[in-house]
Amino acid sequence: MADLPELDISRRGMLGGGTATVVIAASPVAAAQDKEPMQADPPAPIPLSFEVNGEKRDLTLDSRTTLLDALREHLHLTGTKKGCDHGQCGACTVLVDGVRINSCLTLAVMHQGDRITTIEGLGTPDRLHPMQAAFVQHDGYQCGYCTPGQICSAVAVLDEIGRGVPSYVAADLTERPRMTDIEMRERMSGNICRCGAYSNIAEAMAQVAGERA
Amino acid sequence: MKFDTPAGANPIDRTAVVGRPHDRIDGPLKTTGTAPYAYEHHAEVRNPACGYILGSAIGKGRIGAMDLAEAKTAPGVLAIVTAQDAGKLGKGKFNTAKLLGGPDIDHYHQAIAVVVAETFEQARAAAALIRVDYIRAKGRFDLAEELKTAPLTGNSNGGAPPKEARVGDFEQAFAAAPVTLDATYTTPDQSHMMMEPFASLAAWHGDELTVWTSNQMIDWGRTDLAITLGIPKEKIRFLSPYVGGGFGGKLFLRADAVMAALGARAAKRPVKVAMPRPLMANNSTHRPATVQRIRIGATREGTITAIAHESGSGDLPGGRPETAVNQSKLLYAGANRLTAMRLAVLDLPEGNAMRAPGEAPGMMALEIAIDEMAERLGMDPIAFRVKNDTQVDPEKPERPFSERNLVRCLREGADRFGWARRDPRPGQVRDGRWLIGMGMAAAFRNSSLVPSGARVRLGRDGILVVETDMTDIGTGSYTIIGQTAAEMLGLPLNKVQVRLADSRFPVSAGSGGQFGAASSTSGVYAACLKLREAVAQRLGFNTTDAVFEGGTVKSGNRSADLADATRAGDLTGEDKVEPGDLEKKYQISTFGAHFVEVGVDAYTGVMRVRRMLAVCDAGRILNPKTARSQVIGAMTMGVGGALMEELAVDKRFGFFVNHDLASYEVPVHLDIPHQEVLFLDGTDDKASPMKAKGVGELGLCGVGAAVANAVYNATGVRVRDYPVTLEKHLDRLPGAA
Ligand code: FES
Ligand code: FES
Repeated sequence: MADLPELDISRRGMLGGGTATVVIAASPVAAAQDKEPMQADPPAPIPLSFEVNGEKRDLTLDSRTTLLDALREHLHLTGTKKGCDHGQCGACTVLVDGVRINSCLTLAVMHQGDRITTIEGLGTPDRLHPMQAAFVQHDGYQCGYCTPGQICSAVAVLDEIGRGVPSYVAADLTERPRMTDIEMRERMSGNICRCGAYSNIAEAMAQVAGERA
Repeated sequence: MKFDTPAGANPIDRTAVVGRPHDRIDGPLKTTGTAPYAYEHHAEVRNPACGYILGSAIGKGRIGAMDLAEAKTAPGVLAIVTAQDAGKLGKGKFNTAKLLGGPDIDHYHQAIAVVVAETFEQARAAAALIRVDYIRAKGRFDLAEELKTAPLTGNSNGGAPPKEARVGDFEQAFAAAPVTLDATYTTPDQSHMMMEPFASLAAWHGDELTVWTSNQMIDWGRTDLAITLGIPKEKIRFLSPYVGGGFGGKLFLRADAVMAALGARAAKRPVKVAMPRPLMANNSTHRPATVQRIRIGATREGTITAIAHESGSGDLPGGRPETAVNQSKLLYAGANRLTAMRLAVLDLPEGNAMRAPGEAPGMMALEIAIDEMAERLGMDPIAFRVKNDTQVDPEKPERPFSERNLVRCLREGADRFGWARRDPRPGQVRDGRWLIGMGMAAAFRNSSLVPSGARVRLGRDGILVVETDMTDIGTGSYTIIGQTAAEMLGLPLNKVQVRLADSRFPVSAGSGGQFGAASSTSGVYAACLKLREAVAQRLGFNTTDAVFEGGTVKSGNRSADLADATRAGDLTGEDKVEPGDLEKKYQISTFGAHFVEVGVDAYTGVMRVRRMLAVCDAGRILNPKTARSQVIGAMTMGVGGALMEELAVDKRFGFFVNHDLASYEVPVHLDIPHQEVLFLDGTDDKASPMKAKGVGELGLCGVGAAVANAVYNATGVRVRDYPVTLEKHLDRLPGAA
């Protein structure tokens, strides 16, 4: 640390809180290796293939590209939304081999050979998936930005409950979970809707769950 | 059309399409991910470059030096724009702080550079290589401290001279009152946190600029972008066909649009920019924190004789106050009154409108005060409110309310919610480990009609096309505008095509201030009147008695197919609605009542909302399904405001610490129970030609206090500082043993 005077100043400035010259090197590593700039070795693109909505897709991607950006920017499947890019909102929810994940929290190159389903793969405006139709009927959305993530999650949640996956609100872990309101609300809680359509989403899910049962 | 006399009988009264709970016409697109938002216009622009915004790391001061060398040579980088090389930039009339900072820094995370690269990953990596030498200056970051010397201020429009508003002699009446309350309440800074980040895609063609963006107000954004870039407004096309939430955060031009335009100019390529989520809270605007002192004096019988509401808030130099005293001028009677606001100068990020600015935090405070006062009087809080209802503006008694059914909202809500079962003594009801409480609050928000234009065209294909620059931010504009046009021309909704949010269309109200729905549909109404004239004329019918119904036009005993009128070519109508002085003669507001039941864990202090009901009185409800969604969404946001939302201020360095969706907590599914909404049947002929008002903000005004009052009823511990979090009452909970 002794050879990083700038960072030292920066830290004192930060701790002191007073008026000071503050130099904030964006990356301590870069600052430490001034003689060898980072751009010497850009990450090499990596070939990759996976199945998206039933179709095999081949891509060559920057290793830093998330699954979310692979879908949105490279395959132009923009139905999957980027609300935070940090795993905080659920807008990017997709199904990978039938299980829901936040696609912003996983790199595309980790999905070689995987089977991915996005909102576009569930249904189309002319042939809505039952969950999509229920969202329309119950007005389970407003601005629509969290909606694809909510719908992908909702489909997965019913499947999880059906498979007996336990949850935080389970009173008894040895009993099979049931399609109750509280089970659904708990399991959907990683999908934020700032428009506040929760009450309606719960009704849409209850309807689909009821039709299934 | 000038709206200067109350609306008479008109074609909307038929309510064959308007007033019906139609599914949203944009629903199939939104639920299948095929509605394109700002960052997603791949069909229009192939292969744009990506811009990444760098935000200031200090709250106040200036940039001593910026070293871009390493960033410029990073892989894929096409251009970097900073204040030094952006050329001369103006500041939009709706912006308090400039959108590209440097060398002076006005607030934390103010944009100081945009890095444009071939890909997002490259732009982000290069932005991290920019080295900035900051010279930090002392800033004013502590609201309570700055309010000690803050001056009085006028209203947010800057028009009125800074002064107190007084009626009678408040001090004397308050001193004489046998029952009084003098309490101070605080509300914190809050963040809009709409789910779609600020995003823009900018493309230049010569000196013409097209921007797909996410903005509530097309014409404001376009105008301010022109001012900022110093180019004629006519050279800019500005579009926001889908907006992923705004709540006031997207009322104004923001850094994403400016950075995309500057980046595209520098890179000579279309550029798209999305603001990283962790930048949003500090880079953009927020709802300012308030400190509110409320004093109420009443007779022993519960008649308010004195009421004062004083609020203090802060903002950047040149900024505006949070007008938290608004509702206290109008909601309750009382012969002696005082309202006043103080505005401190702060160097925190820009404070500005968030859903129901003024009333939302104002009602959070006032409606706790009313609850406290009712308790002191030994009165039921509903009875106390009913007793002090007023049908006229208490400051100007010659001005009646156009429609005011607050008492009905309170009473019908009480019946529906089972209010009679509430134990008025707090801390009495238990359900296992849960302390149970019920609370309520009035809802109140003003309503206004603003100018709004539209163009309609009836084609030979039988399709009626509506064009207006109105936006749909989740509010249901597409659908209610379609319903309005369908009603006016006697067509089914599926014969109407609605095109929104393009600056090539007539300027509309835009989405804000709860004026959007009534104003924009009234603009469409006006345009449709013109189209009806054109149709009648072409058919040789008398315009005044022509009836448009079921695809036919009837006049006297003559009748024709609507299609006959367009056989010789399309017909169009264009007009706008303009308010007259009805708002001067009448006070036009919306009313409601919120009811909430909570459970408070006696051992942990955790609060759970168990039931919620809102009763709303907002004139004609254009679509009960989408209006209800507006209200439940607002109720949800109200729960957030009551129980969790707070931007934590770092008073040493001047920034909001919890600036992302992990640390700025908003309600999630499990926090929200089933919500019920009732709309009173009714119309307000003085509000708009549609006889409609707004509900999107009404639904928020009062909810927070209803939750806080319910928590008090459960625990007997009064918390006056929002949000009501468990550490504020945990040590005083009753009977945990
Ligand atoms: S975008 Fe992935 S969780 Fe928010
Ligand atoms: S519909 Fe807007 S965030 Fe959920």
